Amino acid sequence: MRTAFKPSRRNFLKTSGLVIGFALPGAQRLAEAATPAEFKPNAYLRVGADDRVTVVVGLSEMGQGVHTAIPQLVAEELDADWTRVRVEQAPVDEAYKNPIFGIQATGGSTSVNGNWGPMRKAGAAAREMLVAAAAQTWKVDASECRTEKGAVVHKSGKKLSYGKLVAAASKQPVPKEPKLKDASEFKIIGQNLRRLDTPQKVNGSGKYGLDVRLPGMLTAVLAQPPVPGGKAVSVDDSKAKQVKGVRQVIQIPQGVAVLADGYWQAKKGRDALQIQWDKGANAGLSSEGVTKMLTEATQQEGKVARNEGSVGSASGAKTLEAVYEAPYLAHACMEPMNATAWVKKDGIEIWAGTQSQGPNQGILSHVGSVDPKQVKVNTMLLGGGFGRRFAPDFTIAATVLSKMAGKPVKLVYSREDDMRAYFYRPASVTRFAAGLDESGKPVSFTARVASPSIMEASGFMKLPPDGVDSFAVEGVKDVPYDIPNLRVEYSRQEPGVQVWFWRSVGHSQNIFFSESFIDELANAAGKDPFEFRRSLLGKQPRYKGVLELAAERAGWGKPLPQGVHRGIAVAQSFGSYVAEVAEVSVDKDGRPKVHRVVAAVDCGEVVNPEIVKRQCESAIVFGLTAALYGKITFKDGQVEQGNFDTYPMLRMSEMPKVEVYIVKSKEHATGMGEPGLPALAPAVTAAIYRATGKRIRKLPIDPEALKA
Amino acid sequence: MVTLNVNGKQLQADVDADTPILWALRDTLGMTGTKFGCGMALCGACTVHLDGAPIRSCMTPVSAAEGRKITTIESMSASRVGKAVQAAWVKHDVPQCGYCQSGQIMSAAALLASNAKPTDQDIDAAMSGNVCRCGTYNQIRAAIKDAAATLSA
Repeated sequence: MRTAFKPSRRNFLKTSGLVIGFALPGAQRLAEAATPAEFKPNAYLRVGADDRVTVVVGLSEMGQGVHTAIPQLVAEELDADWTRVRVEQAPVDEAYKNPIFGIQATGGSTSVNGNWGPMRKAGAAAREMLVAAAAQTWKVDASECRTEKGAVVHKSGKKLSYGKLVAAASKQPVPKEPKLKDASEFKIIGQNLRRLDTPQKVNGSGKYGLDVRLPGMLTAVLAQPPVPGGKAVSVDDSKAKQVKGVRQVIQIPQGVAVLADGYWQAKKGRDALQIQWDKGANAGLSSEGVTKMLTEATQQEGKVARNEGSVGSASGAKTLEAVYEAPYLAHACMEPMNATAWVKKDGIEIWAGTQSQGPNQGILSHVGSVDPKQVKVNTMLLGGGFGRRFAPDFTIAATVLSKMAGKPVKLVYSREDDMRAYFYRPASVTRFAAGLDESGKPVSFTARVASPSIMEASGFMKLPPDGVDSFAVEGVKDVPYDIPNLRVEYSRQEPGVQVWFWRSVGHSQNIFFSESFIDELANAAGKDPFEFRRSLLGKQPRYKGVLELAAERAGWGKPLPQGVHRGIAVAQSFGSYVAEVAEVSVDKDGRPKVHRVVAAVDCGEVVNPEIVKRQCESAIVFGLTAALYGKITFKDGQVEQGNFDTYPMLRMSEMPKVEVYIVKSKEHATGMGEPGLPALAPAVTAAIYRATGKRIRKLPIDPEALKA
Repeated sequence: MVTLNVNGKQLQADVDADTPILWALRDTLGMTGTKFGCGMALCGACTVHLDGAPIRSCMTPVSAAEGRKITTIESMSASRVGKAVQAAWVKHDVPQCGYCQSGQIMSAAALLASNAKPTDQDIDAAMSGNVCRCGTYNQIRAAIKDAAATLSA
């Protein structure tokens, strides 16, 4: 047998004499006392005597490229030699708080947005200290020195690599306000540099949560209640315990766990459990019931999210009404949820692909009745996140099981367990009404959104006093079009299913709703959907910019092959603007085929254009998968989907050609993990409308409804 | 106890005969490069080669592998085709989250070992059993074509 994989223990949680003036708390505490071998000016980077630069990143790498983008920010201001830059995952610590969230966590497309300033500052401070060190060594003025590719260069031509300056640099005072470069001086930001995490992902050596192995560890598989809120009333584990390798059966609030030497034995044991469940209040839950509940709620007045002019007084020459619906969705990360916990005498250690190190530290300290400082979170690579790994269900359950078993426990969800563990994108219904004047210009726009509240479900937010969940209405509330009378309402409805953040959150369904309805208005006005939008975006240059670029690059208005039609949509989410044009045909069985998607993106200043493009393409695939196939449905309280046969994924043979174009922008950098998603579904369904004359108002797209 | 030939080595694994190769590799032999995605041969994350042919190790019991050769991602760099595929994956920076990529690479290497110049249709047929939730399909296609070009050069 091979040696068990031992996650590295990082030893830099030492105090430092260095003082550095960063906004991020804890930065100076994590800066290590200088040793001749290393220069460590702050928590975010180290320079070795071998010239190697290590950037320490507190954010989770789940494919979005943050383990490359953050090092680029640091390396730019450090003037590092990129070929000597490596990345290291940070522990959980105050220093690595997400500046936007105020706690260490990754999500909401915040990483580049929030760290654009702080990480550049971290690099710039180090650079100034290295320059000061070189100037001191040469006995020259620092103003006579410059830096390039990991070295300080004097005007005389003398040169010292950063590695030769680590001891002297460590003695320099830390500048409080280091000077940042002007964008025109960027050499690393804005470049298509290679991802730092690629090599370990092509040779199988990268360690995900599921790959953690500890000495004496047991693997747990959980029998979850078949209905949300269900409870086990009797458990017969005699057959489970007969399975070779099964060591313990433990009942916890989340279900009944079988602990065994490995996954296969634990799963066999779990499948052999005989459990009687009290299905509780949700035994009758059905998707038809959810649809009815949400749809009826949109017939009543809701809480006011936005109100401009007076929709009641605006009478259009033409009026339109439409009701749109989107289902619950699972994230279906390729790596099923899992966590390894070890509750020890002196604290808790956890290894997990998690998006929420900070929240987990707090939550698990309660679970284990220890001080938060005694909770150590080891962030592994994430085999997909999409918001799902922000949830603490799997880390909590693993910790409880380790505590009860007295051993390290790796809890593994099977694919079916993962898909049936809830934390879904909320189902939602929106009812629209609008009026157009004689010329076809919209004069009024009303939207009533009915859906569960993610804020209330999150455990760390509450509905604000106005009763409007901002996640439930984002993408409808902020329709950007120039319409004088506009009203958006929200009705919170709770069918009883745990809902959660899903890639692009409320925008994932709301942009489908609002952009589709805008397409309906354009059609009713007898106008081209691109021109119609453009005429209403006079006050929205960034929306208009991406809309025009996407249309231009897609060849909007130009002929297409027989049977292929275009649709267009535009969205802003997380501060980034994306327009997409989809080219779609529909076969005689009603099956849509997406041939090409052209996207235009404005996410402000760009750290790595190729990663921006890949993230946009990734979000397009995620959105297309949901539009074509995505639905979690309930019958008699039970989820009807379980694996990729019933919850299909887009595959290679269905992959459209994707082109992504980036608008040159001097706006503040914003994220791209999510914003490519929302515009996809409405662009596709608008194209389907042009191909078939049939308007899709409910996702996923039902080929039955599109049959010729 | 079963004896498995993995990457050219004879290894003993104390597992029941019905244990899928995947779990013998990961939990017993400590080789975690092969990934668990679905357990039902629906996603391809667990793809390994059995006597050179791609199989889903999550559904193939160890009993089916006795006397045969299992090849995993850990030894891909040892073969000419595997090395070319990995190099193309690096060149195109294919992975995002990376979790499915061991399986993608195993399927791609098996394709190129039997078909030196795959068409787009060949690639669709060989790769559509491998799901990538991050949507790297276009990069995978480009990397396969690149590796094919390298191998025929």
